Amino acid sequence: MSSDVAGRRDSTRLSMLRGVVGSWEFALLVILAVTLVGSELWVDNFANTITVTFLLLDVVPIALMATALTLVVITGEIDLSVASMLGLTSAVMGQLWFSGMTLEFAIVLCILLGAVLGAVNGLFVAGLGLPSLAVTIGTLALYRGLSYVVLGDRAVADFPFDWTDRAISTIGGTGVPVAVIPTVALAILFGITLHSTPIGRALFAMGNNEDTARFSGISVAWTKFWLFVASGVMSSLAGVFWTFRYASARADNGFGLELAVVAAVLLGGVSIFGGRGSLFGVLTAVVLLATLQRTLQLASVTDEVLNLVTGSLLILSVVVPNIVQMINDRIRRPGAPVPEAAP
Amino acid sequence: MSATRVDPPRETAREQSAPSSTARAARYLMVVRELGVLAVLLLLILITYATNSRFLSEQSVRDLLLGAAILVILAVGQTLVIVTRNVDLSVGSLVGLIAFGTGKLLLEYPGAPIIVAILAGMLAGAFFGALNGALVALAKVPALVITLGTLYIYRSIDHLWASGQQINAADMPAGFLDFGRSAGILGIPWLAWIALIVVAVATFYMRSYRSGRELYAIGSDPDAARLSGIPSGRRVFGVFAINGALAGLAGVLYAARYGTLDATVGTGLELEVVAAAVIGGVAIFGGSGTVYGAALGALLLTTIDSALPVLRVDAFWQQAFVGALILAAIGFDRLLSVRLARRMKSRRTHVV
Repeated sequence: MSSDVAGRRDSTRLSMLRGVVGSWEFALLVILAVTLVGSELWVDNFANTITVTFLLLDVVPIALMATALTLVVITGEIDLSVASMLGLTSAVMGQLWFSGMTLEFAIVLCILLGAVLGAVNGLFVAGLGLPSLAVTIGTLALYRGLSYVVLGDRAVADFPFDWTDRAISTIGGTGVPVAVIPTVALAILFGITLHSTPIGRALFAMGNNEDTARFSGISVAWTKFWLFVASGVMSSLAGVFWTFRYASARADNGFGLELAVVAAVLLGGVSIFGGRGSLFGVLTAVVLLATLQRTLQLASVTDEVLNLVTGSLLILSVVVPNIVQMINDRIRRPGAPVPEAAP
Repeated sequence: MSATRVDPPRETAREQSAPSSTARAARYLMVVRELGVLAVLLLLILITYATNSRFLSEQSVRDLLLGAAILVILAVGQTLVIVTRNVDLSVGSLVGLIAFGTGKLLLEYPGAPIIVAILAGMLAGAFFGALNGALVALAKVPALVITLGTLYIYRSIDHLWASGQQINAADMPAGFLDFGRSAGILGIPWLAWIALIVVAVATFYMRSYRSGRELYAIGSDPDAARLSGIPSGRRVFGVFAINGALAGLAGVLYAARYGTLDATVGTGLELEVVAAAVIGGVAIFGGSGTVYGAALGALLLTTIDSALPVLRVDAFWQQAFVGALILAAIGFDRLLSVRLARRMKSRRTHVV
């Protein structure tokens, strides 16, 4: 009897282990580790602090936007306007500084602006019940358009040195940028909210079945509204960082970046249908993509190979689990008809 | 979306004439939707013409049609895909890839007839489209993810192939460039004729062919479509292949129209195409919308592009204007569907 219990405990432990090892997050970690080791061994100049600095500076804005977008996608919605909100924030900050406002005040206004832009998305999606894919394609164009209206084709580049320097300064001699600290803090905040609070469970519930979530007392509309606001705020933070990091406010800052952010979220194992995914997986994917980019640049391989890798990884990440599932079903019941196999 | 959902079995069981009248109401409202786009388009043309009569001169109308033709063809293909509750984000990359390939082909064989270039482009496009379709249909993975992946892959193939070089219009065969710019029958450019034929054929197919109607069924309710014996997998695969072929056609026409080609051609075009379809009343989650609506949407987007400078609106406003238009279009769709649902409800209670 006791051995039976022990055996059962063993088997649950084994299946837990199998669950961890077989998870997509684990696979991503392995790919990341292999990439890091391989780059250090074979790519010159990879294993130094400057590489670490530039790699993490690339990670910060994508990680900020991807963190909020993860929560949005888990509820079954999408926000394609993140890069346009980054651009508009950057343009407005440039214009405010140009017209003589102090940077402290401009930054606060820009973050408020991000909240408003996100709230507009939230209003259309949660308030009017419109599909977020269509709404945020609309605001993608609208916000990018407004940033051209604000700044035209001018560039504001005369930001004070101590601010632009602060954006790329590192912690001691480690090579880790200071900007990583608030990014990690925000990621932890979002991660705890998503994975260990009732709010997080509500987000997963909404993604799995919105009607069920509504009937179990979750205020679906308000939750979605605040998620879009959060996405706006995180995008504007990314915009502020972007402006200082490149010491340049332009209307086309971060143009087209939304696809990279969405790709990172999906590659991180978040289901586009909602209800499944983890922030850890997404952040691993963000770091993996940035590492690949650095490695390819240092190995003087053209940037376009990175796109090939990104695209292939994205497709493999969704196709491979399905194929594994199909093979598993075949092996488990040899000869038996595979359930759900009929089209 | 959910507001338009009705209960078909109950409805047909209760009253035979009710469905036909609600169907008529639905059709009426759909026509209203497309007429709305047409009205906005005509209004814009009228205002712009009143500001500057040269806006409707032969030359500027021809430029407008040339610019619209490529976007219209892409919007038609995208509509077929969106109606089945899918989306193809890879079309921009595909246009770039095929346009560059067409340039390469014509540099190699300058004497090749235009029809050969077109067929080669469409065939190559159909191949890449079929690849999208196979991945979507076989792996049962949402098209948004797959085509975002192939957006990157097709674009990087384009870049690796071009490897930084550019094809100049001066090196292209003159006959091909002439085809891309000159007027054909009735003074309408050849490109516009091709777009018109594509719209007409696709409209006829979507209205009158069984497999065309099945696309709407798949988009309205994929499970119900499968249960009623529609080969969803094959239809979706086919739609992606057709969309690929149309993107290939658009790529060839792009090469003919502009002549100067590099690896960045068509970047970001996918969102403009989806925007055209949405403005034209194609529901982003499938099941409703027409090909000519999407074509009108594409025509409207192109007209805005060329009307704003005439109206002396700062060119920087153009994109903001398009964004606002998309939001207005989907808001209007929502209003119509709520109205339709209310009308259906009141009719049903009236019958009882």
